[in-house]
Formats: sequence, structure tokens, C-alpha cells
Amino acid sequence: MIKWLLAWRYFFKRPISILAVTAVALCVFIVLVVMTVMNGLVRDFKQKNHDYAGDCIIASDSLVGFGYYEELMEFLQKQPTIEAVSPVVRGVGLLSQPGRDWNMGVEVHGVDPMLHSQATNFAETLYYRRENPALAFSPMYAPQADGCILGIDLSPSYRQPDGSYAHAPQPGQYNLMLSVFPLNIKGGLQRSIDMVSTKTFSYSDDSHSGLVKVDGMVVYVPLEQAQTLCGMDIPIKRISSLHIKFQKGVSQRASVEEVRQRWNEFAAQNASRPGGDLFANVRVQSWQENRRSTIAPMEKEQTMMTMLFLMLGVITVFIVFVVLYMIISHKSKDIGILKSIGISLSDIVCMFLLFSVYIALIGVLIGSAAGWAFLYKVNDIEGWLYEHYHWQLWDRSVYAIGKIPNKVEMDVLASIVGSAMLACMIGAVVPSLQAARKRPVQSLQVNQL
Amino acid sequence: METMIKAENITKSYTMGKTKLDVLRGVNLTIEKGRFVAVVGASGSGKSTLLHILGALDRPNSGSVFYQKQNLAGLRWGKLNHFRNKEVGFVFQFYHLLDELTVLENVMAPAMASAGLLGWMSLKSRTRERAHQLLERFGLKERLRHKPYELSGGERQRVAIARALINQPPLLLADEPTGNLDSRTGHGILEALKGLHDEGQTIIMVTHDERIASQASRVIRLIDGKVQE
Repeated sequence: MIKWLLAWRYFFKRPISILAVTAVALCVFIVLVVMTVMNGLVRDFKQKNHDYAGDCIIASDSLVGFGYYEELMEFLQKQPTIEAVSPVVRGVGLLSQPGRDWNMGVEVHGVDPMLHSQATNFAETLYYRRENPALAFSPMYAPQADGCILGIDLSPSYRQPDGSYAHAPQPGQYNLMLSVFPLNIKGGLQRSIDMVSTKTFSYSDDSHSGLVKVDGMVVYVPLEQAQTLCGMDIPIKRISSLHIKFQKGVSQRASVEEVRQRWNEFAAQNASRPGGDLFANVRVQSWQENRRSTIAPMEKEQTMMTMLFLMLGVITVFIVFVVLYMIISHKSKDIGILKSIGISLSDIVCMFLLFSVYIALIGVLIGSAAGWAFLYKVNDIEGWLYEHYHWQLWDRSVYAIGKIPNKVEMDVLASIVGSAMLACMIGAVVPSLQAARKRPVQSLQVNQL
Repeated sequence: METMIKAENITKSYTMGKTKLDVLRGVNLTIEKGRFVAVVGASGSGKSTLLHILGALDRPNSGSVFYQKQNLAGLRWGKLNHFRNKEVGFVFQFYHLLDELTVLENVMAPAMASAGLLGWMSLKSRTRERAHQLLERFGLKERLRHKPYELSGGERQRVAIARALINQPPLLLADEPTGNLDSRTGHGILEALKGLHDEGQTIIMVTHDERIASQASRVIRLIDGKVQE
């Protein structure tokens, strides 16, 4: 009984307990905030990549692409696990403006806007035609003209300091010239027609995927026109990749494996047809595999941050340990008194464990509540700081980050709370065990460390 | 008379740096039930060490202590805790009260130490009643809710005696109980101990003061680590 009473009294009567509670609360606060923001950034980034790529990609490593995709699409769409398939042509080109003396290297993506919106979140990245992606290549100001969609950082819509983009009610009337080197089926230049295919498009919309390399590099044009520009319409119509969306609830890994098998069957059946040798360059990948080069650096950064905060956690554990060690060392005399009246070693350890649990519980509660409140208001706080001091955590004109992620994940919170509790308990067990093992007379002679 | 506690050839030495200090060099003594024994000796003669060994707060280097024919060296942790809790009550020179507890809680502490949460529910009222009786007897009825640091030295020592008696131990060990008090207050403490002895309590008291020792029914002198009566 006395262990409960004394643990409680130690907690309330010792000012140093407040220091221990503060250390725990600060640790929980910092780790919760940083882990939430960092995990949120990585999660958002992965989600954007997933949205951009779809669930699975059948892609050629070569710019020449691969043929018979319509038959492949038909074949795949019969699979019950597949919801949508979108063919994409990829090429590199030069973007310029008639009458203007500038140009820039871009990636040309040829897509069917409807199919691509079914297989990826393409429609949601659009601004003017978000509700009606079928008209994405039809400029509002000239519906019959051939339209193109610009990655938002290529478009006239400019980035505002808060990370959003200012748009006019209608897309501005711009004509843009796209020059592409068409390649023949062997990968050489199609000299028989022209060295360069050039076509003028009207700016119809912009696409904001949230991925810097996509938003700053990609120009979307209609699939057939991209095939013509890139020379992928002769002798057989070709594409660079097929983006696949699986039905909801199916296993991603199993479905990718199934697509891989279907592709192998398809490639084997059609290998002898003209252009069948191009199948050798084709790979079936999950979206994670396909976007690995983009995601990996971010994950590395997350790992580094986790390591840094693990070190911070270790330091905090040490601080908590030292505080508890000091408290318990100052209680050596009490331990001696308690042993002289017959309290057991396990009861003494249990008493200090209880004491540390009080510290941990209160610290965790304060730290979690403060962390949650800070995260809840973090975007408002940043907005206020920008308004009054022009300070941003991430300069939105540089980083493609919208709002600071602030959704607290329960598993992260649980692991932080668990670690804090464990740290406090370890911090209490070691010195109390050490003190309790002494003979009572030794403890009574030690007033303090 | 029935033997309460018996020490056989107790030796105890401390090592201070490279020097070995022999404090007890083969102490033999037998103390009967109901006696009030004073252990007298000069400062550093090993009186307190002997008392700690008799009360199982310390272990001898060699020799044995028998409490009612039971060798204390053979007791395991649980039995040893039981011995300290139920069989002996300790009164220290510097009181050694717990500052976080009130006077009443300090007195009840040994009873609380041996009870679990549920066990305490059934013990609480009986223990509280006995603590009240003891504190009333020692003139501390008005001090129940005070903290030890709010009391005078004499009051603290009386609280310590009440605490030592709460579990009604057969043996009371007092280590210089008046050593830290003025003579008038010390006299009051001595009177309290004598009163307990008159009621049949076995007491072993360590003191360096011959006048205080003379109040005991038996005096044991500790000279150069050995007993001389």
C-alpha cells in the first residue's frame, strides 16, 4: 500500500518531477510534430506519384515504344482485377512560341484524356476541364483548335507565395510550337519524312500533379498526335507505356504479378509479328517500382530524419534517465528507511516504477495535447508568420508543397507514447534497483549522491 | 529467562582505502525477553554496527545472530523483510522519518508496508486506531496531520518510537535515541522507553552516555570491538 501512497506523494511534492514531466512532454511534442509532418510529406509525395502513375505500368525502356497495344488493352480489360487501362506516348521535344525567341526542352506525353483520367488521377490535376476531361484538349477560346495541356510550372498560371496558382477565368490564348524528333521502329531518325516534326498547339489547360519534374517538364497532347509527332504511328501504331488501374480491394502485389503473367503470354504470342522484338524492352512494374527513382531520395531523407530523431529520442531518454536517477538517488535515505521497516525490493522498484509512470503519463498527455494542438493550427501559424514576417517553413515559390501535413497518425502517436513510457520506466528501474539492492544501513548513511 | 536474541562470535570490519578497520572482533551476547539492555561504548566502538547487525539491517563478516533460535543469516529476502517488519522496531538517532508523509502516515508506514491494496482496506481502521493510541500516549495527538519537518527533534523521535511500535514487535532497537536531543527532551524519550519496558517490551538501546545507560536493567560495554559486562 505504501508504494502507491509514496509514489503519488513523490510526484506531487518534488519540484524536480516537473522537470521530468517537461522533458517527456517536450520530447513527445517534438517527435510527434516532426514525425507527423515528415510522414505526411512522404505519404503525400507517394500518393501523388501513385495518382500520377496508376497502380501498374507496362512500359518500354526505349523511346521507340511497343506495338499491338490495342490488342493488349483489350486482352487486359478482360481481366476481372483491372478497372482501366490508358496508353501513353512519351517523347522529348522542344517547346517554343511562334514569333518569340525562346524555347525549352520538354517531355511530350500523348494521352487519351478520358482513358488516362480513368487509370490515373489526370482529370483532377486539370484546372479548366477538371469536370469534363474529354474536352481537355479543346481550348475554351477555340474549341476546334488542337489543344495542349502544360505542366503547371510551364503554364502562364503563376505560383503565389502560399503555394497556390493564380488562374484567369479562362485559359489565355497562347499558341505553342512543339518540335519532336520522330524515331523509326529501329530507333533511328525518320529521315524519310522530316528531321523534325513540328506542330502548333493552343494552350487549353494546365496540369498540377504536385510533382516538380512533371509539372515543370511535361506537355500533354492528344495520343494520336503524339504518335504522329514521335513517329510512332508507322509502320505499326506504338505507345511507350500502358497505365493500369486495378479494381478496388484487390491485392496490388498479386494483381501486378497477374499483369506480368498476362504480358508474358501476350509477348510470347506476338513476338513473331513485325515489331515484336520491341517487347524485349518492355517491363511490367508496380507504381512503386516505376517511380522508385523519384520516391527513393524522399524515403532516404525520411530515414535520415527518423535516425536523427531516434538520436534525439535517445538523448531525451538519457535526460529522463538522469532526472529520474537524480530523484531516486536523493531518495536513497527513504529507501533505507523503507527497507528498515520491511518493505521488499520489488515493492521499492514498483514504487519508483509507479512514480515514473505518473511522470510519463502526465508528460505524454501534455506533449501529445500540445503537439496535436500545434499541428492543428500549424498552417494558420505559418500563414500568420508569412503575413506578418514573410517567413515560411518551406518557401512555396521553391518547393512544391501545399499545406503542411498535419494529420496525426495513430500508429505514430502510439509508438511515441509507448517509447516515452518505456524510457521513463527504464529510467526508474535501473537506479531504483541499484538503490534497493543496497543493505538498508548503506542507504541510510547516504543522504544524497 | 527465555532468550530473545543471541549473537555468536560476530565480527565486522570496514575497508577504508587501503586500511582495514576491525569494528567488531568476536562479539558474543545473549539478551533475554523483557530486558532493557543498554550497549555503551566510546564513539566508533561499533555499538551502532552491532545494533544494525542484530536488527538485520547489516550483515556480519562472520558469526551468527539467532533470533528466537532462528539464524538470521539463513533468512531469504521475504523472511528477512518479515523480520524487519514484524519482529523488530527500529528507532534511529536521526529519526529517519519520511518527509512526504504526515505524522500519522509515518506511524502507520510499517503496517502499510506489509499490506497490499486490498489487505490495507481491512487493516486500515485497526492500524489507524492503534496509531492514534500511540501518538496520544506520546503526546502527539495534535500533530497527526503535520509533516515531520514541522516538528521539534523530541517530537520527531517520539513519532519514530510510535512507528517502531505500530506492528507490536517483540524487540525494540534504539540507536542513540537521545543523542540528537537536549537533556530535557532526551529524558522524556528515556521515560517513554522505560514505560514500554515496564509493560514488558524488550529493548536494546545503544548510547554513549553512562547516565542514560544506567537507567537500563542491564548494561553491556563494547570496548575494542568486544563485549565486557
